[in-house]
Amino acid sequence: MHEVGIASSILDAAHRETALRPGAKLISIGVRIGVLSGVDIDALRFAFECITAETEDEKVVLTTEKCPRVNRCEDCGDEFSSPQLSPFTDAPCPRCHCERTKFVSGDQLDIAFVEVEEP
Amino acid sequence: MTVVRVEQKVLNENQRLALELRRRFEENAILCLNFISSPGSGKTTLLESTLAAFLPEEKIAVLTGDLQTENDARRIARYGFPVQQIVTGGVCHLDGKMIQRALEPWPLENIDVLFIENVGNLVCPSSYDLGEEAKIVLLSVTEGEDKPLKYPSIFHKAALLILTKVDLLPYVPFDIEAAKANARQVNPDIEILEVSCATGQGMDQWRAWLDQRRGNRAPVAGAINTVAGSDKQR
Repeated sequence: MHEVGIASSILDAAHRETALRPGAKLISIGVRIGVLSGVDIDALRFAFECITAETEDEKVVLTTEKCPRVNRCEDCGDEFSSPQLSPFTDAPCPRCHCERTKFVSGDQLDIAFVEVEEP
Repeated sequence: MTVVRVEQKVLNENQRLALELRRRFEENAILCLNFISSPGSGKTTLLESTLAAFLPEEKIAVLTGDLQTENDARRIARYGFPVQQIVTGGVCHLDGKMIQRALEPWPLENIDVLFIENVGNLVCPSSYDLGEEAKIVLLSVTEGEDKPLKYPSIFHKAALLILTKVDLLPYVPFDIEAAKANARQVNPDIEILEVSCATGQGMDQWRAWLDQRRGNRAPVAGAINTVAGSDKQR
């Protein structure tokens, strides 16, 4: 339910980036959302549509990449993603089958890129 | 068409404020804890029981967030420590700016422990760093033991899970071992305490946890007293 705030933070950041290039027009924004970020991608897309509707940003495309939970095996050091974008640690290491794993990533809430049209 | 790599956090501005808050807390040796749970899990009652056991001269302060009303601040103020209500006016979480603004009138050198009671919500507060040393998530036994699976983000980010209202275990179908296992599926390192503010069960362990975080200072006030019924009298 905080996706409207997140969507407007994304749009503000994209505008700041676009403004660094005089005359540029914002076309699309790419974001990375981890399965442990607490942000729901569908709600975020809906919020983004709502806040851009009937504004100059109406045609701006939001591209979302859902990022898995990545764990490191405490035995063999191998890094692997939890299967099926699961946010949990229930999967053992695929290499040595050890069940003790450490969290590496999966809580991203990052802007990866903006795409702009320059004059 | 030009693609510009940005590579920054969406909540960059909040992160900047949180880092500044964390630096100020460290400079003033303040232990700041951020309490997060669903509405009704017992954050305010736990804070009341906790405050009741501190000596009046201790430097404890509380910020409490709600969408509306000053009710929680009034409850907490009865223990004699400085408290401020942050009324978010509909916003579902506290953010760094709200904390910074609320702290303005307080000289930080007069605070040793700052408790932040977040807005009752298991989702949104997990995204906002408030500069705290640790997030503490509460889960009451009248809720479902699968909450850690349904709301993994906050259980992943919390250092401590406090299972509250455990005096009600005989009357509810809550499977406490399943709840712990679920929390550990998300966060294998999470510490877990079981408490009841009504009977005082587990409050010594909670106080020990706090004292350890306060830098292994000697406990100053004995066991935590209960404030059973303070809620129910209303």
